[in-house]
Amino acid sequence: MKIIVVGCGKIGRAVIESLVREGHDVVAVDNHAETIEEITNLYDVMAVCGSGTDCDTLQDADIQKTDIFLACTGSDELNMLSCFIARNLGAKNTIARIRDRAYNEKNLGSLQQQLELSMSINPERLAAYDIYNVLKLPTAAHIETFSTKKFEIIELVLKEDSPLAGTRVMDLRKKYPANFLICAVLRQDEIYIPGGAFILKSGDRIAVTAAPNEIIKLLRHLKLTKKQAKNVMILGASRTAYYLAKMLLATGSSVTIIDKDPEVCKTMCEALPSANVILGDGAQQELLHEEGLNTVDAFISLTGMDEENILISYYASTQEVPKVVTKVNRDEFISLANRLGLDTIISPRRAISDLMLRYARATQNTVGSNVETLYKIMEEHAEALKFHVSSDFKYTDIPLKNMHFKKNILIAGILRNRKTIVPTGDDVILPGDKVFIVSAGHRLLDLEDIID
Amino acid sequence: MNRQMVINTLGHITLAAGALMTLPTLVSLICGEYRVMWSFLIVIAIALALGLLMKFVTKPTSKIIYAREGFVIVSFSWIMMSLIGALPFTISGEIPSYIDALFETVSGFTTTGASILTDVESMSYGLLFWRSFSHWIGGMGVLVFVMALIPNIPDRAIHIMRAEMPGPEVDKILPRARDTAKILYIIYIALTVIEIVLLKLGGMPLFDSVVHTFGTAGTGGFGIKADSIASYNPYLQWVITIFMLIFALNFNLYFLLIIGRIRSVIRSSELWCFVIIVLASVGIVSLNVFHIYGSFSETLRASAFQVASIISTTGFATTNFDLWPGLSKAILLFLMIVGGCAGSTAGGLKVSRIIILMKAVFRELKKALHPRSVRVVKMEGKKVDEQVLSGVTSYFTVYVLCIIVIFILLSIEPVSVETNLSATLACFNNIGPGLDAVGPTLSYAEYSPFSKLLLSAAMLLGRLEILPLILGLNPLLWKKR
Repeated sequence: MKIIVVGCGKIGRAVIESLVREGHDVVAVDNHAETIEEITNLYDVMAVCGSGTDCDTLQDADIQKTDIFLACTGSDELNMLSCFIARNLGAKNTIARIRDRAYNEKNLGSLQQQLELSMSINPERLAAYDIYNVLKLPTAAHIETFSTKKFEIIELVLKEDSPLAGTRVMDLRKKYPANFLICAVLRQDEIYIPGGAFILKSGDRIAVTAAPNEIIKLLRHLKLTKKQAKNVMILGASRTAYYLAKMLLATGSSVTIIDKDPEVCKTMCEALPSANVILGDGAQQELLHEEGLNTVDAFISLTGMDEENILISYYASTQEVPKVVTKVNRDEFISLANRLGLDTIISPRRAISDLMLRYARATQNTVGSNVETLYKIMEEHAEALKFHVSSDFKYTDIPLKNMHFKKNILIAGILRNRKTIVPTGDDVILPGDKVFIVSAGHRLLDLEDIID
Repeated sequence: MNRQMVINTLGHITLAAGALMTLPTLVSLICGEYRVMWSFLIVIAIALALGLLMKFVTKPTSKIIYAREGFVIVSFSWIMMSLIGALPFTISGEIPSYIDALFETVSGFTTTGASILTDVESMSYGLLFWRSFSHWIGGMGVLVFVMALIPNIPDRAIHIMRAEMPGPEVDKILPRARDTAKILYIIYIALTVIEIVLLKLGGMPLFDSVVHTFGTAGTGGFGIKADSIASYNPYLQWVITIFMLIFALNFNLYFLLIIGRIRSVIRSSELWCFVIIVLASVGIVSLNVFHIYGSFSETLRASAFQVASIISTTGFATTNFDLWPGLSKAILLFLMIVGGCAGSTAGGLKVSRIIILMKAVFRELKKALHPRSVRVVKMEGKKVDEQVLSGVTSYFTVYVLCIIVIFILLSIEPVSVETNLSATLACFNNIGPGLDAVGPTLSYAEYSPFSKLLLSAAMLLGRLEILPLILGLNPLLWKKR
């Protein structure tokens, strides 16, 4: 598909990188010549130097034949305007990054309608939503919910004393009376799709798929259930912090927000009167303790500096805070943070590039693919996809154990008549099912791609 | 440096060289030249063995290449292609000296068209075909060709394209490098086919049409007759004149034409500048040589052909321009330096560089008058980035420096200054024939082996626009880091 990305900042680059890897034809637009030069060196894209609101620039980028037009410069107004112009010049779908609170909370719907936007994206809000989800089930490092809550993938990091460590995957179902499947294991940056004989070790990050109620059951058996985080401390009064605090306050949690900029504190305080806003430097351990680091259910580090986030989170995790969430923008730092034992990493860039990938594949649906949704899991090492099984699928009614799948592919779940099936070798795929696939190292566009 | 990936890519290039030789093998089979055919087959076997060895011995762990790998891949590929491409001439015995064969092959791949052959017409058809076919391959670029074909190209292949494609800035016309390479080759092949058909319709034998089209398309200039194009009829000469100019234009323009953006084509300042230079040169030369030919049509044809041939850096000739008056010869020497447009198959300094240089000079002059004035250099309606600007000026400096060094080294030869200067310019800018002792009716055969190697290096430097070759052959780059 032809995709134009305007604005090659942090978000723009992340999106470009993942779209190019997916094999899309990407044109990057930016008004800094150096950025353009760098982009063409790094990625196999065509780059045009100019403003996203300039007709000539957009013509150079071949706007008439563009399937998706994404504007993600730092300015909301520029993004909206360039989407408007792009739409008038013939772009099929336009997406604008709109992150100002004023737009997002009041008239986003009518704005989108007026400007004929296909979608507006707000990285901070997405990140806040991801954190909010994790806080609901604090034992999980990451949660993705598919298909109106019928099916979930949670990621857990096995602690030293975890009862799962040392057991074989095939023995798990006998040991625990819950209906679940371990679909992927991440061990030292290496991804495994485990077979029955795979032995789990402490330190592994595992992805578990099941229906949500089964997951609760499993966690209860593992004695890993923790109550929803009610008392949350947030470091850095960023936009993400605002959206997160707002969601948390709405469900009755208590929120403490710490920032060292008096102006920022003041605006935050105005916007969220019920939050406890503290002016101070979060790097001072004394201050964190004074504000009750030892009593909070969760500590969330959302400052603009990755290094600061990682180090302060690390300190919080040594202080036995039950749940620590770290915002990391640079991909390079994520595995580093994992090695420090920080398992819940939130990256707004990743959230956006996942969203764009999903959107691009969904748009591609019309041209032959039948992927319904796609999530990157296990720190981007694997993908979870949902397919709809059409009647012309060739391998229906064959027991799974008789089918020859490609390496590193697993059928993680089947949704039939609104019931979730965690498949065994005897299950079959029928037309009309929704099938959940976990795969590593493949780019699946069609369900038949899974067969060797 | 990612050595594994470099050697792996070189393996692919070697295989491609072998594959490309199947065409001349077929030609010699059809013409019944079995001796030549066997020499081609031997070389193909060598290339296959070497290529497969390089491909399978290496196991690249990462496909990522950076600018330095791009330079190394490009310079070694060209040297490798030339070394292999020269073998059939020597093995078949038609050019006994390997250095002569190498000169001839480098001259082919770099689309120079300078020859050491004193009697072209006695060569076998297979080798004549290979000589001209090397123009066609080298014109658009060996690596661009391979990139368009093989699916497993390195990530960031733009570094290879940038190192191989001529011009101050390499624009991708499609988002992906591979698609860009493909569309360029499609345009190239289409234009080639059109020219072959037009020449055939004009009464040229098929073999001659194909060979001359290859020479025109790559802006090379190897002919198969002792008097180049002079013995063909005026219609054929005009067709070749026009196609020489077509192949000297930026190929991106044809792409814009195909997708219907005629306005962008018309607004191209490089195009107009090129047209003005051509028209002005034809005008001056015509006035200057009118007394030699007498008739108006003949004067126009001869001057237009020679001007097109030199500015497009092809090097065909319909008349011995060495006998022209001094002014005309001076203009031809100037055109040798100008060369074609960026993004074409032509050599030389390139029109767009000259425009940028001129504008930069004017800016400096104005700045001397108004020291605080702020000015930007614009090209094609867009601001030229300061980095590109300094790149162009430093390229010009290196370019002049190279000419001086080569000229002085060449002057060891006991021939006239005019010969040596024109030989330097003609080889370095990939034109072919020069003046005096290397004029259009004579050849480079008289030069010593040392000078032949020197001129071969000059041709490669000119084709790859100096920097990739100098940087790629710098041993410091090969070190493991």
